[in-house]
Amino acid sequence: MNQVLLIFLPVLFALFVPLLYKTFSRIHTGWFVLLVPLTLAIYYARFIPNITEGPYTSTFYWVKSLDLSVTSYLDGLSLLFSLLITIIGSLVVLYSIFYLDRKKEQLHNFYFYLLMFMTAMLGVVQSDHLISLYLFWELTSISSFLLIGYWYNRDRSRFGALKSMMITVFGGLMMLGGFLLLAQAGGSYSIRELIANGSVIADSPYFIWMIVLILLGAFTKSAQFPFYIWLPDAMEAPTPVSAYLHSATMVKAGIYLVARLTPLFAVSEYWIWLVVLSGLITLFWGSFFSVKQTDLKGILAFSTVSQLGMIMAMLGAAGIAFHVESPQKTIFAFAAYAAIFHLVNHATFKGSLFMVAGIVDHETGTRDIRKLGGLMSLMPISFTIAAIGSLAMAGLPPFNGFLSKELFLTSMLSLKEFSLFNFSTWGPILPWVAFVASIFTFVYCLYFLYYTFMGKGNTSKLPKKPHEAPIGMLISPIILASLVVAIFFIPNVIGKYFIKPAVLAMQPQLYETIDDIPIHVQAWHGWTTELQMTIGIVVIGFLLFITLKKWQPIYRFVSEKWSLNGLYNRLMRFADVDSQKLSNLYMTGSMRHYLMYMFAFMVVAVISTLFMSNGFNYSTANTAEVGIFEIATLIVMIIGTLTVLIARTRLTAIIALGAVGYSVALFFIIFNAPDLALTQLVIETVSVALFLLAFYHLPKMSRHEERMPFKINNFLIALGVGVMVTLVALSAQSQKLLPSISQYYKDTVYTKAGGGNIVNVILVDYRGFDTLFEITVLAIAGMAILGMIKLRRPKKEKKTHETK
Amino acid sequence: MEVVMSFAIGFLFMAAVYLILSKSILRIIIGTGLLSHGAHLLILTMGGLGGEAPPVLADGVTNMADPLPQALILTAIVISFGVTAFFLVLAYRAYQELGTDNLDEIRRILADDD
Amino acid sequence: MKLNNVILKTTTQVVFFMIFLFSIHIFFAGHFSPGGGFVGGLLTASALVLLLLTYDLKTVQQLLPINYTTMTAIGLLLSLGTAATSAFLGDAFFKHYFDHFTLPLFGDTELHTAMLFDLGVYLVVVGVTMIIIQSIGGDE
Repeated sequence: MNQVLLIFLPVLFALFVPLLYKTFSRIHTGWFVLLVPLTLAIYYARFIPNITEGPYTSTFYWVKSLDLSVTSYLDGLSLLFSLLITIIGSLVVLYSIFYLDRKKEQLHNFYFYLLMFMTAMLGVVQSDHLISLYLFWELTSISSFLLIGYWYNRDRSRFGALKSMMITVFGGLMMLGGFLLLAQAGGSYSIRELIANGSVIADSPYFIWMIVLILLGAFTKSAQFPFYIWLPDAMEAPTPVSAYLHSATMVKAGIYLVARLTPLFAVSEYWIWLVVLSGLITLFWGSFFSVKQTDLKGILAFSTVSQLGMIMAMLGAAGIAFHVESPQKTIFAFAAYAAIFHLVNHATFKGSLFMVAGIVDHETGTRDIRKLGGLMSLMPISFTIAAIGSLAMAGLPPFNGFLSKELFLTSMLSLKEFSLFNFSTWGPILPWVAFVASIFTFVYCLYFLYYTFMGKGNTSKLPKKPHEAPIGMLISPIILASLVVAIFFIPNVIGKYFIKPAVLAMQPQLYETIDDIPIHVQAWHGWTTELQMTIGIVVIGFLLFITLKKWQPIYRFVSEKWSLNGLYNRLMRFADVDSQKLSNLYMTGSMRHYLMYMFAFMVVAVISTLFMSNGFNYSTANTAEVGIFEIATLIVMIIGTLTVLIARTRLTAIIALGAVGYSVALFFIIFNAPDLALTQLVIETVSVALFLLAFYHLPKMSRHEERMPFKINNFLIALGVGVMVTLVALSAQSQKLLPSISQYYKDTVYTKAGGGNIVNVILVDYRGFDTLFEITVLAIAGMAILGMIKLRRPKKEKKTHETK
Repeated sequence: MEVVMSFAIGFLFMAAVYLILSKSILRIIIGTGLLSHGAHLLILTMGGLGGEAPPVLADGVTNMADPLPQALILTAIVISFGVTAFFLVLAYRAYQELGTDNLDEIRRILADDD
Repeated sequence: MKLNNVILKTTTQVVFFMIFLFSIHIFFAGHFSPGGGFVGGLLTASALVLLLLTYDLKTVQQLLPINYTTMTAIGLLLSLGTAATSAFLGDAFFKHYFDHFTLPLFGDTELHTAMLFDLGVYLVVVGVTMIIIQSIGGDE
């Protein structure tokens, strides 16, 4: 089967979703939709055993002449992401069947957007062509916008949707700029070819710009500090969407991009510093502010931000491996593996946590942690899942989070060992930042778990009487939670089939086969620094959690006005209100003003271009002689025009205009254009009749209200246009840059077109399109006139606009 | 001749723009009429006025006028007729509904309506 | 605008047919000498305008019950159809075909698909011009 076509399978299926929704209204549409990610998951799963023999590619040319193609490129990294997208996608669709009510919700919209997103995301992770990657990237933003705004009659939904769109599309556009620079320097749009061509690109003077621009795209998408602010507001989306887009897949698009381009950019110290620092700051910031939140999904949103920062920091550290000798044997080999491993783990535990948050919301009617509590006995299964998820996130055994957390600490400790790029000075601080952030991670995990399920909550005050969720809703989180436990016990199986092929794709220069990757994950590896750090985290974190009530007030010192959200709001208000003020200054609504701008601009632009490019040219060679008929006609024309200008009655003006028209017809006769002369004569006659007919009903020409400054102003602009046209006409007739095509017409008019009157043959044959469109325009004008005359609004009774 | 024509065309354009910038719809429509005359002559002049015979095949004729500008102008003449007619009817209907042909008046009335 | 003028009416009866026949001639002559669909159409329209000026709208409509909107539509379809036919025949859009035939009365005549296209132009020009004039003239 065609790999490229399968990328589009979801969106093609989406076309039938509204039909299915209408036809089978008794069956939840989700059941049909479920088939799509499931099919794809099975298809991609078949690649797992042999993926290192790949990459498997398949190309569909979209615009061949521009070298635009959609290339599906499956290697370890894109396969891993594709599997995440389809497997988590299947679970989320299954969950949504029970979460979204068949009768109350507009399911066709929801699943259409969701399937569109699936295509977009598969496209992002499989595209080899930068432009198609960009297009899919923006499509994820758009489908995310639609999904966040799914409950479009809620203000918060629309606000959140717009915010996420503004920020991610801003990043996307920056990224496009980076891509274009990259393609310019590398001479190709194919990521594979660019990576092969890496050394040339690194020498480009715009190398640093590429890094900054592309990272802006990745950071906005993956909610890195300071762009993370859209993610908490995106929680207005239905919970299945939060679980899917805003924790497991879409926000990882930035991670994917950084991982994918690591072989290209890791040679740069800026890349490493930017990625590591932004990752660590985000990790700390997200975990610190997570404890401040009171909304269940808000806590999870900040924790997602923080975990994304953590993965980002590891990816940055993975770049260091390109700068040390034989990294395979050193501590530097860990970061890449750790990043990918944690990415998988995060998808499992965060997905299940979001689903539990959705269940709590669904069954109790609130997500406010201040109202919740004590649900453990009422919802034991949900509690178990939440406990597994939270403790995995906190980094405790026997859950997969523990393993990847240890690896994370290892890779952060490796920063201390690195001596290039000022890391010897600043490197030792970084593990401490990671340590502190991990403490807060531990605190918010307990915070989430304790205040929802334990403690002394008053369950009778909740909007709904809480009880355990239906089994259908629990299936997906149970599967994810069992994965959380399973991965802890079989980390190296996962490593062999999923993580190592991805690492191989990320650091192709370092390893030949996956067996060269020296990592063997195990829970117990001695009394190491990492283990000591973990114990420290648990102890300090636990102490902080117990004293939470005492130190939580410090969050009040954070001013709302100067927060990033406040900044965003003011920026948006500025863009909205102040730009309108600015444009109102010149957009007066008066047609005359606009015409004046246009004419004035045209005069300045044309005259300055004419002289700056030495386009002005004057020569009297090859000109026709001036004859007495010509001069006589000219005088008639000028007198006619002057009469129009000074005419006091409209009849004079019309007749004078007719005179100008007839003198133009005379010119056509003099200059050997019989067709034109005929047409002009007849048209002028019909026009004059038309003018008279229309003016029969119209008022007298009134010009008394035009004052002197007004006239002078108009005259100056008119004079400018006149001078400009004269200059253009003079230079146009003085130089013929290219031979005219007319000779060809003259030569072939009889032999090829079977005619004798060249003008007519041009009209009906050579340039038939002109004529076809022209009669179309004419017919449209006729229809418009007919419409204006025949179709009228019934006259309003009260409002009669009598003039003065 | 081309030089003289260039100045005449400039003059036509000037008069046309002056009329278009006035407040009365009628003068604006007349202005567009003049503008199209100017444009037609401009195209013709750009192609050169030197031909000695119409661009119709005939025995012994070699120095024909350039047919291409003529074909373009022919199209333009008919289109400008359609556009002028449209403007006229627009002005006529606006006058019927609003009772004025002054642009400022029309804007004032429409603003009051809102 | 009803003009009760005997001289005008009498001349119109003759002149109308002269202009009309001339316009037909101009239309057919178009491929080899000055003329063609535009000029022919405009001339026909001006002949009709003359009729309108002499008699009033109702009389003319009784004399010539033509729906000009339909006429415009037929003209557009004819032009587009002529242009598209070649595409269906496997040639480029807008390719014209012509050949010489010996017809009774006319002798050796060149028949040209461009003529059909031009006929469409003719119909559109007549139709639109008459729509415009009738709309304004007939509006009270």
